This record gives sequence, C-alpha cells and structure tokens, in this order.
Amino acid sequence: MSSAEVLKEESMVLQKKMLGEHFDTLSKSRENGRKVVYTFVPGNLNELILAFDLLPVHPEVNALQSGMRKLSGDYIQEAEKHGHSEDVCTYVKCDIGMLKKGNIGPTGEKLPPPDLLLLSYTGCFTFMKWFELLKQEYGCPVVMLQVPYQADGRITASQRAFVARQLRDVVVPALEQVSGKKLDEDRLRELLASSARAEDDLVHVWESAKHKPSPIDAYFGGVYYIGPIFTAFRGLPVCEQYYRSLRSEVDYRIAHGMGPTTPEGELRQQKYRIVIEGPPNWTSFREFWKIFSDEGVVMVASTYTKVGGLYEQGFRHDPDHPFETLAEYCLGCYTNRSLPTRVDILAKYVEEYEADGVLFNSIKSCNSFSAGQLMMLRELEKRTGKAGAFIESDLVDPRYFNAANIKNRLESYFQMLEAKRQAA
Amino acid sequence: MDTQPLIDRCERLYRDIDLGYVQAWKQRTGGKAIGHLPVYVPRELIHAAGLLPVGIMGGGDDVEIIRGDAYFQSYICHLPRSTVELGLAGKLDCLDGMLFPAICDVIRNLSGMWQMMFPDKYTKYLDFPQTFNDAGREFYRLEMAELLLELEGLSGIRATPERLNRSITLYNANRRALAALYDLRAAEPHRIPTSELYLLQRAGNVLEVSEHTAMLHEYLAAARVSHRPQRDNVRVVATGLFCEQPPLSMVRAMENSGCYIVDDDWVLGARYQLGDTPVGDNPLAAIVDAYMNGTVATATRYVEGDDKGAFLVEQVRRRHAEGVIFAAASFCDPALLDRPMGQKALAEAGIPYTAFTYSENTGQVQVIKEQAGTFADSIKLWGAVS
Ligand code: SF4
Ligand code: SF4
Repeated sequence: MSSAEVLKEESMVLQKKMLGEHFDTLSKSRENGRKVVYTFVPGNLNELILAFDLLPVHPEVNALQSGMRKLSGDYIQEAEKHGHSEDVCTYVKCDIGMLKKGNIGPTGEKLPPPDLLLLSYTGCFTFMKWFELLKQEYGCPVVMLQVPYQADGRITASQRAFVARQLRDVVVPALEQVSGKKLDEDRLRELLASSARAEDDLVHVWESAKHKPSPIDAYFGGVYYIGPIFTAFRGLPVCEQYYRSLRSEVDYRIAHGMGPTTPEGELRQQKYRIVIEGPPNWTSFREFWKIFSDEGVVMVASTYTKVGGLYEQGFRHDPDHPFETLAEYCLGCYTNRSLPTRVDILAKYVEEYEADGVLFNSIKSCNSFSAGQLMMLRELEKRTGKAGAFIESDLVDPRYFNAANIKNRLESYFQMLEAKRQAA
Repeated sequence: MDTQPLIDRCERLYRDIDLGYVQAWKQRTGGKAIGHLPVYVPRELIHAAGLLPVGIMGGGDDVEIIRGDAYFQSYICHLPRSTVELGLAGKLDCLDGMLFPAICDVIRNLSGMWQMMFPDKYTKYLDFPQTFNDAGREFYRLEMAELLLELEGLSGIRATPERLNRSITLYNANRRALAALYDLRAAEPHRIPTSELYLLQRAGNVLEVSEHTAMLHEYLAAARVSHRPQRDNVRVVATGLFCEQPPLSMVRAMENSGCYIVDDDWVLGARYQLGDTPVGDNPLAAIVDAYMNGTVATATRYVEGDDKGAFLVEQVRRRHAEGVIFAAASFCDPALLDRPMGQKALAEAGIPYTAFTYSENTGQVQVIKEQAGTFADSIKLWGAVS
C-alpha cells in the first residue's frame, strides 16, 4: 500500500470510528444514565452541551444519513401518511417518518428519545416548526434560543447581546436542569479553545483548494470534512486530532501534486474549477458526484459547508468570552447572512479560488437556501463575468432527483465553459 | 343605508395595483409612504413618524407575471413573485421604502433581493422576538427604537410621545372597529357577507387609518340593521391564510359553498394584537408590551408550552364554529408545517376539518367551492363529533 493511501485513510477511518462510538454511546445512554439533547447543526452549541456532559443528536444528520442509505423515501411517505404536506422541507418529514418507524439511527441501533430539545434556530424558520412537531411526539421540554438574522450584513450590538443574554438566562438554566449539574465555565473555556484549534486546521484545508490542482473537493469531499466540527465533536480532543490528520493528508497531496479522492479514484485531470452554492442531494450522492468527477470538475469552494460556520472569514470560538463567542458563532452561519452578503461571499470565492464558473444546486425543500437564488446567480454572473448554471434537486426526497435532467443541463454547461475557454 | 357604494370603493382599492390612493395621499399631504409585507408590523410607529403605512400583500389575481417568475423556482409560493413583478413594473414606485417582517425564509430572503433590486430605496427587515421573555422584550425594544429613528429620518418628522399616543389611539379605534365587525359576523353571519368584510379589511392596507375606521363604522351601522336572508349554512373557521392572500373569487366561492366563515386569519396584521395599546408616558414601551403580552398564535410564531393548537380550538369554541377549513398557500412552509399540529388539536377536541391549498391567482375556485361544500354537507349530515 502506498503511503498516499495510508494517509488518505487515516482521517476517514478516524471519523468512522468517532461516529460509531458516538452512536454506540447514544444507544447505551439510558443504561449509563446519560442525558440526550436533540439540536440542530447550524449555529449549534456543542461546547455548551458537552460542558454539561450531555449527548447531542442532530435530526438533520439522521435525515441525511437516511437519504444516503436510501431509506428517506419511505420515511417521507410515512410522514405524508400522517398528514404532512408534500410541499414542505423533506428533512423534517424524513425525521418524523424515521421516528414513526422506530427511530433506528444510522448504525442500525435505536436512538434514545430526547431529554431536551435545544431549539437554537439559526438561519431557517423551519427549525421552529420542526421542534414544535417533535415536542408533540416526545412530550419533552424545549428550550429556544432565537438568533436574529443579519439582514444588514453585520452583527449588531443588540443582536449579540440578545443571544448572549438568552444563553445566560434561559439556555444554561435549562441545561443545568436537565443535566443536574452547574455550568463549569472553565470546562467550557477548555472546550472552546479546542474548537478554535480544530477550526484553524479546517480553514487550512478549505484554503488548500486555491492550489492547482486542488487537493480537495470542497463540496463532495467537503461534506465529510465538516462532519466532526459541525456535530457532536467540536470541542473534543478527538476532533482536533481529526483535523490535524486531515490537514496533513491535504498537505501531503499538495506536496505530491495530487487531487482529491473521489469514488472513482483520484481526480487528477482537473478541467474545471467550480464554486457551488446550496446543499447536495443525498439520495443519489455518489451518482451526483460522478457526474462532476467524470467531467474533471473539482469544486473549489462551497457555501453549504459553511452552514455551521464561516471560519475562513476569521471567526474562531474565543475561550475568553464564552457567551459572546457562542452568540457570534450562531449569528455568523451562512444561511443567517443576507442575500447581498451571500453574493459577496460567492463572488469572493470565485475570485480567490480562480473558479471557471459557479453552480447553484437549488433544493426544493429548503427555502432558506433557495428563495432568491435565481437572482443571486444573475448578480454573480454580472459581477464575476463567469458563467453560472442552475440545477434543481432535493436533499432527501428521491422523487426530486432527476439524474437525466441534471446531466443534460450540466453537459451543456460544461460545453459552454469549454467554448468560453477556447474563445479566451 | 346602502353599503354597496362603499364596498364598490373597497373593491376598486383592492384592484388598484397602481396604488392610486397612495399617490393621491402623497400629493395631497406632501408626505411619504412605506410599504410592508404581511403579516404584522407596528403601524403606529410608521404613522407617528408621519408616514402612510401601505400593506403590500402580493399582486392577487390581477397581475400578469412577466418578470417575477424568472426570480423564483416553481416550488416557491406565489406572493414573492408577484411582489417582485409589481416592484419591477414600477407599481410600487410611490412607496418610499419597504418593510419586510420576519415571518418566513421567503420573505426574509426577499428583503435581501429588494436591497439588491432597489438600492436607492429604504429597505428594512424587521426581526420580531419569538421568545417572550425579558431578553426578547429588550431586543424588540431596541429594534423598534432603531426603526423609529430611521422612519423619522425618512420623513423628517419626529415621533414625539404625543404623536405616538395619538397614533396608538387611532389604531386602537381601528382594531376595535374591526373586532366589532368580526363579532357581529360571528353572531349573525348573514348580516356581513365575508367577501365584503374581506374587502373592507383589504381597504385598510392603503387607507389612512382614521378614514378606514370611519368606513368600518359606517358599514357596521348599516350591517346591524341589514336585511339579508339567513341561510342554513355551517359555521366554520378558516385558517392558514395569514400571508399570501386568497383572491376575492376564492373568498366568494368559500362563502357560497354552504359555509359561514365566522373567523379567519387573512389580513391578519390588522387583528394581530388582541387588545388595546395603552396611551401613556412611554408609548414606545407600550407598543412593545402590546406585542409581547397579547398577540395571536399564528403559524409564523413559535408556541412555547404544550398548548399547540389550543388557540385554534379556542377560536372555534368562542365563535361556536362547527368545523375548520385549513387553506394554505401552496408551498407555504409555515402554514403547511403547522397544519398537522392544528389538525391534531382539533381531532382531540372532536372538531371536523378539511384542507386544501391555493395561490393568490388560483383559478380553481370551483374545486375549492366543491370541497368546502362537501365539507359543509358532511357536517350537516353527521354534525360535529362533539
Ligand atoms: S428548510 Fe433548509 S435549513 Fe431549514 S430545516 Fe429544511 S433543509 Fe434545513
Ligand atoms: S405564503 Fe408562506 S411561504 Fe410564502 S411568503 Fe408567505 S409565509 Fe412565506
């Protein structure tokens, strides 16, 4: 086995082990007297949850895993049988369907019910409805952290104070109650400091895509890279270890002029560098990826991988100001940014990552991402002079992934990129 | 008194996508006007700063969508595309700014689109507290203070406590008049056809508040003594129509289907607040408190506690309704995600319901009429379960 393959595997193996252990701990939580908190990915309060020794579960992650394991279609139909509309976010329906069918998690073990629903609602209104629905199913307490929207492209003092105050007045007492413990601020600071170190390494990984060839695919590979830091592990030594190892793998690839690993092997011939906006489709994830890798497309930057933090813009969790830093983190996630800011971010990616074009994967489920994307695309084309493309699919509803249609559109897009290149 | 001329005027206002009334008001007074999207904005603040608040609730079924569709995917509701259409067609040029209340991701993102589309116009996204505690109150107070400052900057008129109190008084009177109409319709639905009430409400989107209140009083006085035949209709509450508004044809179809609508949630902003705002030394705080202490539970609001759906059940009971019609705008996440919870609460209370979706330009009113009619018949036949 070459050293490259060994290096390639280390972070993936580690992530798999982390996830396996996490779900194992979850399945034994009742026996071990551990309390469980369900919470959402964007702007999550993982360090705070861990400071109370609570175990987080992320319903969106369960939904996406169900999508990848081809179970989501059944789950969605199950939810629709229970009166849920065809027209709403499929993450919610997938989660509810999974619950109705026994709440079996991605590792095949039953997930424990929540002791608390921590509704930190960042960047999307649907989260509120989601936990209102789950509250009815589980009959457990809910604590809400409202995160205002950065409508003017900046965080205001009153927004920061509002979130920090809710953390102090409402969220911490709720966590104290469910855990039976007082908040240990020193422990929280330790966790936050660890997060910042992992965040440094993740930024290094994202920025590696500025190299040519890019050693990473910042979207299809990127969704794996965000796994630990966006979920149950941020703040833990094992998370730091994961990002250290990922960073060294990426550095190795740069040093050896290597591309990222795709399901079809290493992507050596990188014909087009693309910036992508919007979440991926999970039900046909590999098929979707292959459409791009077959054409030699590498995604050099993506916005979806920033829903749990735009670290490359400088944000780091700050152990010296625990509540303010958590507030700022929640406020700063990608979908909590105004549309003009989102256009700025994408335009900057196109420029800094020297992209050939920008692609929108518009998700039927997700108004938070999708409403306004057509205008964003137009603005971006105007500002960057690069060609844009727009395709439509869904997160976990297989009924809305039309491979032939997407392929057709992308083929003409790639032809256009080629023609532009020839003309240049 | 014959109310027909008054209702005809309301219908003309409803159909006037050029906002002729607003243009004339501006010319007459030299003042400025501010548009706002559904559901709720504190219109007292706008009024106290000398501005005319104008409710923009999409384009209804009179606007041909030429540009708007190019801005929105097929799976997004209709209201933003017709609003964009109106904006790009210059129909909203008489508005000096636009407020986008935080009700869903679509309106939220539309606020950003507006910033890009109309960079020279004042555009503001209004975040409301979803958490009804001290932190929420303080946040809302600061948001409202900032809004007021900006509005004053726009109009050049300072919203003194006296002006604020006067605006509060005028809007209290408007809310009371509307409440009186709703009460009368619930008590004697044959006296107030729902389509007329709807038009009266829609007129409140543009008319200066005191003019609107006077109109409501005039209609109310006439309705109290009106002689319209009483029908053997079932009494229903219509819910889910808080944002994208039903076309008038759909409202008419619903009321001609054998249903008396005895409560609803369209043009909800005007009835969002449940009581008066007290007049006093600190009117801004009073406006904030009124929001925090007594507003309706609608789908765009988070409901704390375990009584999800209780508001709807209570509404049914208070209005002695026999059933509920869930009418949601197609692709409206808040309404559609809320629906199963409302239905669960109704089922537990033994209250029958039916559900359908619509859009502001829906042409399918016959289908809606038939569905509402079948629902009414089934209630007549089997009665409410309890
Ligand atoms: S609408 Fe989008 S952001 Fe919101 S819960 Fe659904 S997928 Fe997530
Ligand atoms: S109709 Fe529903 S989804 Fe559309 S803008 Fe209104 S609240 Fe949002």
